[in-house]
Amino acid sequence: MKCDLVVVGAGPAGSMTAKAAAEAGLEVVMMEKRQEIGDPVRCAEGVSKAALKKLVEPDPSWISAEVKGARIRAPDGTEIVISEDRAGAEVGYVLERKVFDRALAQEAAEAGAKVMVKTRALGLLTEKGVPAGVVAQFVGEELKIEAPLVIGADGVESKVGRWAGIDTALKPKDIETCAQFLVQDERIDDDYCEFYLGNDIAPGGYVWSFPKGRALANVGIGILGSKADSGTPIRLLRDFMKANFPEGKVLEMMVGGVPVSGPIERTVADGVILVGDAARQSDPITGGGIINAMKAGKMAGKIAADLVPRGEVDKRSLMVYEELWRETIGKHISRNFAVKEFFVDLTDDDLNRMIHSLDGIDVAELDLKGLLKVLVRQNPKHLLKLRHLIV
Amino acid sequence: MLTVNRYKCGYCGACVGVCPAAALELVETWIEVNDDCTRCGRCAKICPLGALELDKEAKR
Repeated sequence: MKCDLVVVGAGPAGSMTAKAAAEAGLEVVMMEKRQEIGDPVRCAEGVSKAALKKLVEPDPSWISAEVKGARIRAPDGTEIVISEDRAGAEVGYVLERKVFDRALAQEAAEAGAKVMVKTRALGLLTEKGVPAGVVAQFVGEELKIEAPLVIGADGVESKVGRWAGIDTALKPKDIETCAQFLVQDERIDDDYCEFYLGNDIAPGGYVWSFPKGRALANVGIGILGSKADSGTPIRLLRDFMKANFPEGKVLEMMVGGVPVSGPIERTVADGVILVGDAARQSDPITGGGIINAMKAGKMAGKIAADLVPRGEVDKRSLMVYEELWRETIGKHISRNFAVKEFFVDLTDDDLNRMIHSLDGIDVAELDLKGLLKVLVRQNPKHLLKLRHLIV
Repeated sequence: MLTVNRYKCGYCGACVGVCPAAALELVETWIEVNDDCTRCGRCAKICPLGALELDKEAKR
C-alpha cells in the first residue's frame, strides 16, 4: 500500500492531523491499534470550552456535562471557588471521550483519510536508511504502508519516535500515574469540577472529581511517578472514595499515564513527526492533553500537506513544525512545567498557607495564570522562584 | 524477570511510556515484554494497578 502520509494513532492528535492533511489534499492512512477508537478511556475528560470551540464544532452527543466552575480544596479542607468562564480556560466541558474520539476520526474519514482499526505499527520502513513508511500488523497480518512521512500520534506509549531515534522515555518524575472511577453518588455536585490537594491524598498530583451529569462523575487520582510505588494510585483512590464517597457506586474503572515532562528535546526526525502525548505535549500542571494534542495535530497536518508534495520531509524541513508548536503551545507547556517542578515538592503546610493567602481575595474570575499571579503576589517569599515565570 | 499479572493489568500503557529500553509494548489488552528488558523496575514503580513485578533477586 502507498500513500502520502501515515498517521499512527486515532486519538484527538491523530484525527486532527489526518483531517487537516486530507482536507489539504494528501492521501492519508490513519491506523489505530485498538479495534475500537476511543475505548478504553484514559482521561478525566475535562476540557476548556473556549479552546475546544476554536478547534471543532461542539456536538451534544459527546458532551457529558457543562460545569459552572471549579473548586480547589487545600489539605486542611479550605476551599476556593473559580467561576466557569475563567476556570473554563482549563475546564468547562466534561466530554464523553468514547464518542468524541470516534467523532473526530469520522471527521478525518469524511475529509478523505483512510482509517484502519486493529492495525498496529510494528516499525518504520526504510529506504536507503531514511524512514519511508510503516510496517504494521493489520488484524494479525503483516502489512507494509509506504509513505514519505509518518506522524506518530501514538500516545503515552509512543514507539514511533523511538524508532526514529527520538528518546521519548519518561522518567518517573515526568509522568503522572493515574487511576479513575466513574462514580454514581447523590453527593456529586453536577455543577463543579473539584480538585483536592495534599501529600497524603495524592503525592505530587491531585484528586479530581469531574461531573458527567445525573450524579455521575469521573473521580480520579494522579500521582507523580517518582513519589509512587507499585499500585499506589488505585490504593489511594480507594482510600479517597472511602473518605469522601463511601456510598459511591463504581460503574467503570480507568487507568493511565500522563506525560508531565514539559517539551522534549526534539519532536521531528527524517520522515517523522510526533504530535500530542507522543510528543509529550500535555500540560504539566493540569495534565490536560486534548487541546494541545488537537492544536499540534492541526499544525502537523497542514505542514505535512505543504511539505510532502515538495518532497521536503527531511528533519531540517520538518523543523517548521517543531518551531511552530514551540512558539505557540510550547511556551505554555514550558512555563507550566517549571511551575509543576516547584509545586510537586510543596508540603501540606505550604499548600494550606497558599490557599489561605487567597482569603478575602476574589478569585472567582481568574484563570490558572491569573491565580498563580495572585499566589505569587500573596506569597512573595515562598514563591520567589516562580516570579520570573508568571509575570 | 519481569512478570505482568494479566488479570490485574488495566492495559493503559504507562509502563511502556517509562521503559528506557523500549522493551515493552501494549497490544490491545496485554503487555508484551521483550529481551531488551534491563529489569530497572521503572515500570513496576509507576504501574497504577501494581500489575508488574520483578523477581526479588533481580531488583536493584
